[in-house]
Amino acid sequence: MIEEVISVELPVGEKLKIVKNRLEGTNPGFKRIVIVSGIHGDEFEGQYISYETARRIKKNPELLQGTVEIYPALNPLGLDIASRVIPKVNMDMNRIFPGDEKGTVMEKVAAAIVNDIAGADICLDIHASNVFIREIPQVRISEEFADKLLPYARLLNVDMVWTNASETVHESTLAHSMNMLGVPTMVVEMGMGTRISRRFGNQVVDGIFNLMREMGVWNGPEEKIQYPVISTDGEVEFIRSGVTGVFLPAIEHNHYVKTGDKLGEIVSPLEGTVLDEIIAKKSGLVFSLREYPFVREGSLLLRILTGIDD
Amino acid sequence: MFQEKIYTVNSSYRESMVIRGYSFGKGDPAACILGSERGNEVQQMYICSQLVKALKELEANGCVNAGKKILVVPVINALGMNVDRRFFGVENQDINRMFPGKEHGDTTDRIADGIFKVIKEYSYGIQLTSFYMSGEFVPHVRMMETGYQNASLANLFGLPYVVIRKPTPLDTKTLNYNWQDEMTAAFSVYTNKNDTIDDRSARQAVASVLRFLTRMGIIRYESHSGYISHVIMEKDLTDVHTLSGGIFKGLVSPGEDVRYGHALAEIIDPYEGFVKETLLAPTDGIVFFAHTEPLIAEGAIAYRLIHRLHE
Ligand SMILES: [Zn+2]
Repeated sequence: MIEEVISVELPVGEKLKIVKNRLEGTNPGFKRIVIVSGIHGDEFEGQYISYETARRIKKNPELLQGTVEIYPALNPLGLDIASRVIPKVNMDMNRIFPGDEKGTVMEKVAAAIVNDIAGADICLDIHASNVFIREIPQVRISEEFADKLLPYARLLNVDMVWTNASETVHESTLAHSMNMLGVPTMVVEMGMGTRISRRFGNQVVDGIFNLMREMGVWNGPEEKIQYPVISTDGEVEFIRSGVTGVFLPAIEHNHYVKTGDKLGEIVSPLEGTVLDEIIAKKSGLVFSLREYPFVREGSLLLRILTGIDD
Repeated sequence: MFQEKIYTVNSSYRESMVIRGYSFGKGDPAACILGSERGNEVQQMYICSQLVKALKELEANGCVNAGKKILVVPVINALGMNVDRRFFGVENQDINRMFPGKEHGDTTDRIADGIFKVIKEYSYGIQLTSFYMSGEFVPHVRMMETGYQNASLANLFGLPYVVIRKPTPLDTKTLNYNWQDEMTAAFSVYTNKNDTIDDRSARQAVASVLRFLTRMGIIRYESHSGYISHVIMEKDLTDVHTLSGGIFKGLVSPGEDVRYGHALAEIIDPYEGFVKETLLAPTDGIVFFAHTEPLIAEGAIAYRLIHRLHE
């Protein structure tokens, strides 16, 4: 059942509408699982996850206990023009939660979303990195809520759970706002902006059904899932560019590297020279890899998860 | 006057972007004035350029007091200015959401860090900036309520209003907040325009900064005394929201006096031209902020009014 969360009249002939698909099982009042996506309009991985989750439920609706609500597009205008931020106001939507019923238009929209999700038993906020960096499927949670969220995060069939990643600790995110309201909310990151990886998507959807099964919401067969590496910021090595130029990686995403391995180089198109060679200072898994070639001093090139064995 | 390099951002395709500072006088870092951080803050850059011009003259006439140093940084995001983008670089980052910055962080973290290291030691910090909502304001000085704010100092600018804003989590990354956190008395000066130049309000802003510097004993400058500022809390402003979207035709401007029931704006149907809504003043007051774009959405804040205190 498609339901409207909020509708705002735009200046010229259109409405900004946030909609959700409410899928009710045999006992709708039992538990409510919420899946949201599209806060960042340049991230599409959540579109596949929304589709695939709804498809699997519709195929075997009798297996669903409780309710699943899917909101594929929290920033519909952004998604329509692949703009990460809210068009026109040029703001990151994930910096305006919990919103304000008496505030600006988007603050009102944010408040309506928070109100609508409130009371859910779990919420997953699906992200797809950005157009710069490719990521492995991972859950990001802030340290503040780690005790509560880790048991759920382990069930999601992701490769990694990263606690206290700076992106998620921000107080103005949807995840923080929902966690403050007592809705266990996890940020799922995977793939990269403007692309869909079906392999990563299926992996996470298997995890979502596993989580629902463990919560008693899904009576389907057991999924074969893997358990993630749990890491904190201390185990994540950030490698940033020291120069401005074009980054050419020498390794594949989602691979192990050893100390001393060449990870890539930064070159000058004008001079035809190598400006810098990037060498691994620690061994580990390259879980984030830059895909966008242009770099400045400070641009993130890779993130390596250290302290794990091949 | 000395020109100094505050921070340099290299590029593969263009000249390096050099953030330039202009200093006057020698000695204690007394006051720092920062202009445009965003690529559309042309008015703010213009005001700073006029300040540089005025201070150069004052310095030549021996009117910068001994032992006091003033630094003016007219533009930070020169790239944004030249390519017409409000935020910085391909990542579209707002430099004013990056403070205090990180030495080893992302490019914009490094820019913020590079600037902040230079400017944090000044006793007074004045930023000319724009708000996240686009529109026009009554000229005012804005301070964050951090516990360190000092509204009576803000009165010394002699602008009509001083506004105290309770910081949200997002505000904690702004320059103003971090300056105050470093015990700099920080003020944000808002004039009525951003992406166009208004000479009258620029002159008012220049005069208010010079007035402040004079009153703090940093320069000697003959000026009229300005306004006696009213201090208002941002949360006490009365917001007027639209009930529909369409073409926005504002009928009143910032600074105007309005009475309860007075028509503030018309929302016009963009297809058939009829007036679909007339926005009425919910209270007697003075227009503090006005939406100025020609289009508006349902539920938007069209005006913010200062509820008038009856004498
Ligand atoms: Zn995202």
